[in-house]
Amino acid sequence: MLDEAVLQRTLAAALRNGGDFAEVFAEDRRTGTARLDDGKVEEFVSGRDRGAGVRVVVGDTTGYAHTADLTEEGLRDAATAAAAAARSGGGGSRLIALERHPVEPPHSVEILPETVPKARKAELLQRADDAARSEGDSIRQVSVGYADSRRHILVANSDGLLAEDDQVRTRLMVQCVAVGDTGLQTGMEGPGRTVGFEIFDEIDPEEVARTAARRALTMLRARPAPSGKLPVVLKRGAGGVLFHEACGHGLEADLVARDASVFRGRVGEQVASPLVTLVDDGRLAREWGAYAIDDEGAPAQRNVLIENGVLTDYMWDLLRARKEGRQGSGNGRRETYQHLPMVRMTNTYLVQGDEDPDEIIRQTPYGLYCVALGGGQVDTASGDFVFGITEAYMIENGEITEPVRAAQLIGNGPETLQRVDVVGNDFDTWAGTCGKEGQGVPVSSGQPTLRVSELTVGGTAS
Amino acid sequence: MSARELPDIARRVAGAARDGEQVEAYVVRSRDTDVKVFDGEVESLSVAEVSGVGVRVIARGRQGYAWAGSLDADVVDDTIAEARDNASFGAPDEFFGLATPADFAGVQPVSLDLWRDELLAAPTDQKVRIALELEAATRAADARVRGVESAAYGDAAIEAAIASSTGVEAAVRRTACSCFSFAMAGEGIATQTGYGFSVGRRPADLELATAARVAADRATRLLGATQPPSRRIPVIFDPLVTGSLLGIVGAALSGEAVLKGRSLFVGREGEQVAAPSVTIVDDPTSPDAYGAATHDSEGVPTRRNELIVDGALRRFLHNVYTGRRAGVATTGSAVRGFKSTPGVGSRALHLRPGTLAPEQILASVPEALYVQSVSGLHSGTNPVSGDFSVGATGLMVRDGAFAEPVREITVASTIQRMLSDIVHVGADLTWLPGGAAGLTLLVGEMQMSGR
Repeated sequence: MLDEAVLQRTLAAALRNGGDFAEVFAEDRRTGTARLDDGKVEEFVSGRDRGAGVRVVVGDTTGYAHTADLTEEGLRDAATAAAAAARSGGGGSRLIALERHPVEPPHSVEILPETVPKARKAELLQRADDAARSEGDSIRQVSVGYADSRRHILVANSDGLLAEDDQVRTRLMVQCVAVGDTGLQTGMEGPGRTVGFEIFDEIDPEEVARTAARRALTMLRARPAPSGKLPVVLKRGAGGVLFHEACGHGLEADLVARDASVFRGRVGEQVASPLVTLVDDGRLAREWGAYAIDDEGAPAQRNVLIENGVLTDYMWDLLRARKEGRQGSGNGRRETYQHLPMVRMTNTYLVQGDEDPDEIIRQTPYGLYCVALGGGQVDTASGDFVFGITEAYMIENGEITEPVRAAQLIGNGPETLQRVDVVGNDFDTWAGTCGKEGQGVPVSSGQPTLRVSELTVGGTAS
Repeated sequence: MSARELPDIARRVAGAARDGEQVEAYVVRSRDTDVKVFDGEVESLSVAEVSGVGVRVIARGRQGYAWAGSLDADVVDDTIAEARDNASFGAPDEFFGLATPADFAGVQPVSLDLWRDELLAAPTDQKVRIALELEAATRAADARVRGVESAAYGDAAIEAAIASSTGVEAAVRRTACSCFSFAMAGEGIATQTGYGFSVGRRPADLELATAARVAADRATRLLGATQPPSRRIPVIFDPLVTGSLLGIVGAALSGEAVLKGRSLFVGREGEQVAAPSVTIVDDPTSPDAYGAATHDSEGVPTRRNELIVDGALRRFLHNVYTGRRAGVATTGSAVRGFKSTPGVGSRALHLRPGTLAPEQILASVPEALYVQSVSGLHSGTNPVSGDFSVGATGLMVRDGAFAEPVREITVASTIQRMLSDIVHVGADLTWLPGGAAGLTLLVGEMQMSGR
């Protein structure tokens, strides 16, 4: 994307007045989306974003500037602005020898989205629409979104690192509205993978649409969700968000360093039930949060965060790891070249246990069974977190009975981790966008079917 | 690049329209500064200029769109070509079409002064100092503040130009700056976080002392919070929370959501949908609103739109497309970034203030839950079904005063029921950074879930 000599001179310009570290991050991203709504393919949208960000670190201060101008002059201006922002002073210029660090991608990409005719994408949307509407007359509205992106990144830094990655992602989203005596209800399903158009070898658009439609129809006959504390069983895949919020964010080293995490200073301690082994793995093949290198050029890796309930490590970005004099963990990510990187999750999942998932339900006399979740949120300082349920049922006498309406669940991270009392032997993942300080990045979360002995369910039924 | 160039670029794109084609350009440029501080030091300082163009092409009744984060001539030309190509793959729709001067005949744009040269002239050092002072003031505001999770200053000078081959041209510009801090008090899972902020159009508008005190107060007054038992109870919403709730209601008042059957207000026009004390207005012509604008993002002049009046649903917000489809005029409510076609949305949504001060509202009920902040607003509320369930922290209210703080609770109802159950609308209208305004609100009864 950029010439090595230009990168060297840009880094030299960034450190002209001194500084501890400098980096050029360049990105070229093409996106394509198509949307069907109201029975019609409404629009195709194409986008192109290309630019570079330069950061200069002096002590604890980072200066950052970015530009859409990838000429040597544009890069030099950004480097100068970043150096001024970091208030570097003194020092002298030095030329850095760059060394390429090839990293094997976690998996290969077969069909680049740009090679697929738009007409074929339109046909796919139509098929999903037909499938959703065939689920019943109560399905009144269907919206189908298709999105692909190809993101080429390059990182060069004053440690001499030079690394590149080509990240391709494809996603399908279906949202349905069903109408009944109780008003309107919605159902959504949106699988995504870090692959090209071959995602549809694995994911059937019609099945995705039927799942969304059935979810909306199910909610039509849902009764109000209960209010108060009860056991909660999370179906495989759906509940990964629980761990993302209950402890994932709290294990990000930047929040830990700010003393804004309840997990600070607890490495080596039993922070969860012995049934909990939590992993963040940027190399989990094809998953929505997978990549070869992070946005600071570090190879993605598998990091065990909690092992049999014991906190083993946090997640790290480059600066935080440098400060602690340790290796990073490949978790430095940014939304675009217009953003500074920070510690982010990739594919975060709970490792499988031994129990038969059906048996978990049979062993639960009374509780809530969650099949689909919306997003969530956490206050890492206290560990209090929430997540929304979008498809859930009551469990009565060990059997799944009636559906209940959407509601929020609330709990405290450290307390909830201790209350995981059964873990199943199945597994699935869920694709989502994680937001932190205004930056959204693709992540996945996963888990086997499991039970939390007690969570507060925020329904309206007394 | 001078600001004058944006309209030129937009005009050049619109001029590329071929016979039988409509072409519209939306060109934006934003100059931003962001400062984050931690522990008395600058953690990061970012300065940037971002520009981009979005091109919409309508041909043979079909619409296509493309965008690029660059205003370089060759990139802009590629973007026009890509939008044209995209237009051949969508389905035809008789209501597609760009705004024309006839769509807003008789509506004069208001004159608004939303730009302050002082913002661009302010040295970076001054901006850094604001963030550092805010952090220090937050720590100093109360001995129980054990740290500041984050403190920051940010600003933007935003310019946009719209031009279409159908004869619409508009240019808008505004400056905005804000600072915020999160105070932390208490240890471990008993930690409480409080948010304080200030917004303005130039750095001198910011009130650091107030922001710091509010952040510290909001964290410390929750110290010792416990989880209360579940029960039904009257709920008083803090102005910040009311602002967020209005955002959800606003999404359901979008003409697009209504036309596509995705709003809890479908088929309810003219009906009583809220308590008689409720009047909801979107008024982007108000200079006090941070979302104020003279034109919407299709180049149509904005105006004051009364949506719910004395509890009755009066009208929905529309852009050109949804207006034509609904058989009404656009309300000047097109909203977008350059990366998407225009949607429909509010810019300055607010409740008409009532007569009671917040303390009078607190004293109006024997017991209530005061909700200071909510979490999971997007995962727990649904503007289609109206289901509402959010995480909350706050304080119990007894005998007109704050009593013990509470945490790890949810409050739930439906948006329909909450609107009908509004008992008092406060007099304390406060404009918020998100574009809406907040005020203290009392809802007669909701389900609080706890222990």
